Amino acid sequence: MANLTLVQAINLALTQEMEADESVVLLGEDVGLNGGVFRVTEGLQQRFGEHRVVDTPLAESGIMGAAIGLAMNGIKSVPEIQFEGFLGPAYDQLVNHAARYRSRSRGAITVPMTVRVPVGGGIHAPELHSDSPEAIYAHTPGLKVVMPSSPYDAKGLLISAIRDPDPVLFFEPKRIYRAFREEVPEDEYTVPIGKAKIVEEGTDVTVVTWGAMTIQCINAMDSLPEDLSVELIDLRTIYPIDVETIVESVSKTGRCVVAHEAPLTAGLGAEISSLVQERCFLHLEAPVQRVTGFDTFMPYYKMELDYLPEAPRVAEAIAACAAY
Amino acid sequence: MPIKVAYQATIEYMQILDEQGGLDAKLARDTLTDDQVVMLYEHMSMCRRLDEIAFKLQRSGRLGTYPQNMGQEAIASVALAARPQDWMVPCYRENAALYLHGLPPEMILLHWMGDERGNQIPEGLNITPMSIPIGSHMLHAAGIGWAARIRGDDQVAFTFFGDGATSEGDFHEACNFAGVMHAPVVFICQNNQWAISTPRSKQTRSETFAQKGIAYGLKVRQVDGNDIFAIFRAAREAVADALKGQPTMIETLTYRLGDHTTADDARRYRDPAELEAARKRDPLIRTRKYLESKDLWSADQEEAMIERNKAQVDDIVARATNIEKPKTTDIFDAMFATIPPELARQRDTMQTNSLGQFPQQETLRRGATAHSPTQSPAHA
Ligand SMILES: Cc1ncc(C[n+]2csc(CCOP(=O)(O)OP(=O)(O)O)c2C)c(N)n1
Ligand SMILES: [Mg+2]
Repeated sequence: MANLTLVQAINLALTQEMEADESVVLLGEDVGLNGGVFRVTEGLQQRFGEHRVVDTPLAESGIMGAAIGLAMNGIKSVPEIQFEGFLGPAYDQLVNHAARYRSRSRGAITVPMTVRVPVGGGIHAPELHSDSPEAIYAHTPGLKVVMPSSPYDAKGLLISAIRDPDPVLFFEPKRIYRAFREEVPEDEYTVPIGKAKIVEEGTDVTVVTWGAMTIQCINAMDSLPEDLSVELIDLRTIYPIDVETIVESVSKTGRCVVAHEAPLTAGLGAEISSLVQERCFLHLEAPVQRVTGFDTFMPYYKMELDYLPEAPRVAEAIAACAAY
Repeated sequence: MPIKVAYQATIEYMQILDEQGGLDAKLARDTLTDDQVVMLYEHMSMCRRLDEIAFKLQRSGRLGTYPQNMGQEAIASVALAARPQDWMVPCYRENAALYLHGLPPEMILLHWMGDERGNQIPEGLNITPMSIPIGSHMLHAAGIGWAARIRGDDQVAFTFFGDGATSEGDFHEACNFAGVMHAPVVFICQNNQWAISTPRSKQTRSETFAQKGIAYGLKVRQVDGNDIFAIFRAAREAVADALKGQPTMIETLTYRLGDHTTADDARRYRDPAELEAARKRDPLIRTRKYLESKDLWSADQEEAMIERNKAQVDDIVARATNIEKPKTTDIFDAMFATIPPELARQRDTMQTNSLGQFPQQETLRRGATAHSPTQSPAHA
């Protein structure tokens, strides 16, 4: 066991998978000698060589498209896109190719690729370095979308992702890359894709969230009266979504709040709220509440905290939902 | 049949002012006047000072991530070849050219201070805000130039980008569009040898970046990017060609003397000897040497200029720093010409959850009896 940050846990998962499986190859901008702009791949090129940790030209479509080809021909590719805002040039490759190959070839060609992407706001970064586009990709059939909120889960989920026979988009919430540490076993373990985690059990209100928002929700809960019992669910996997865990929880509490950084309209809050309405209708005691970013761009950093649904806004929604 | 050469090309490299401040008088003829060289030297020195101060502001927490321009100030020369009506479509390492084209320098600081007002280009200036997605904005220059041609306007679009940017697909599409549409565009690739930690040798297997333009029918040139004369001459010729419907690509060979940005540490991947060698090719040093050799510059003038630049930079920083705080409502109001009602509601309530926004939702639930509105414990 070691006490690791999220960055270190991801680095450990990559190290162990690369050791266990020679076909795992990392590629991306600055991932080699420089260890990635967040140092997630620090030391890996030195350890595994330039042929397995590859500094590519500055081209996201190139990285994604080549990673697809690698995956189709026996290499478990793990491309990194430097920031979520630069998924743009890779979109065509990811959505129109990676996601579709298995289905359109009826299983003849598959893409076992894991795309690592730092995500989200709260770190005073420049434009297009702070967004939360997970709903776009959850809306894309054929992609699995994962976003851990703790070092332990990050390691276990990343190993699952690399071993998964299908393309997985692995979002890494940069706000908590180094925010806290957690005991992470050296030993190999996996966290299954598609399984949410109940972070805290409770009986009055269910809060569903993921990524760095999990920490905001915990902070919100700390500020609420003690006799208000909140059940906090960290989705961990956004697609395929763990419907059972949500339904079971809301059937018990009768109240649900969804919190995410991304904008409100057509965000995942809408999807979850819909699922809850369909599956828990007779249990519901209050309208499902969505605490999210606004339908605007993530502002430049002077105003980013006005945009992000920080703990006070989450607490307000939980209290309102509980009081209804 | 004998095999024939289907295509052959050569690329000229031009240097007019060398590292020692020596000038090729023949190539320099009818380029920059003495006054212009003095002005460029003073301007580049001011830009260097501003760049250093911006770095310090970042280190003391008053500015966000900042990409230093240090070493690439000679790009300012492009602005002397541009006419007031011409467009500048930049990335982030050509501040010196933008300021000369009229951009108030505090706007760049504001941008990196996390304030969108740094992008609110004053009316009458044809400059687009710095572009963050690498390699994407050159297509806009192709469109802008094309529009000028359609409208019959006497305008040229200059666009700036790095060596790394040429690896993005959009770069190639931009060159192709400009070529096919006969658009008056000047592509300026500032080859500073690095794209964050990626050296030029890993960016492309081509021997030059300029040659990529040949594939799209552009006129291409490679120049010493720390040489204000060579840049000026190439840019002026490119303007003339652009107006005849012939776009150009100029590769300027320069060097990034600083880290990629303040979030980067180039010592992790760059040989210090390479940096040392590059310092000797600094555009400021050679321009000053040239001016001194021509008796156009003295130690007294240097001293006076340093004082002037200090005051000017202090002024710029004050303007960026003393601006009133932006209004949160701007985030919403700037989205569309007319704000949609649901977005206006988000603006007015600063809330996305429904409870507390629609009183009837709560009164119906509780019957007609009045009740106290939900209290936020966080605000209690
Ligand atoms: C599409 C995209 N991918 C990645 C990045 C991250 N990034 C910012 S600058 C940069 C390197 C740019 O290199 P170059 O084009 O040579 O310009 P320079 O910084 O050297 O001036 C990278 C990879 C980005 N901003 N946009
Ligand atoms: Mg460069």
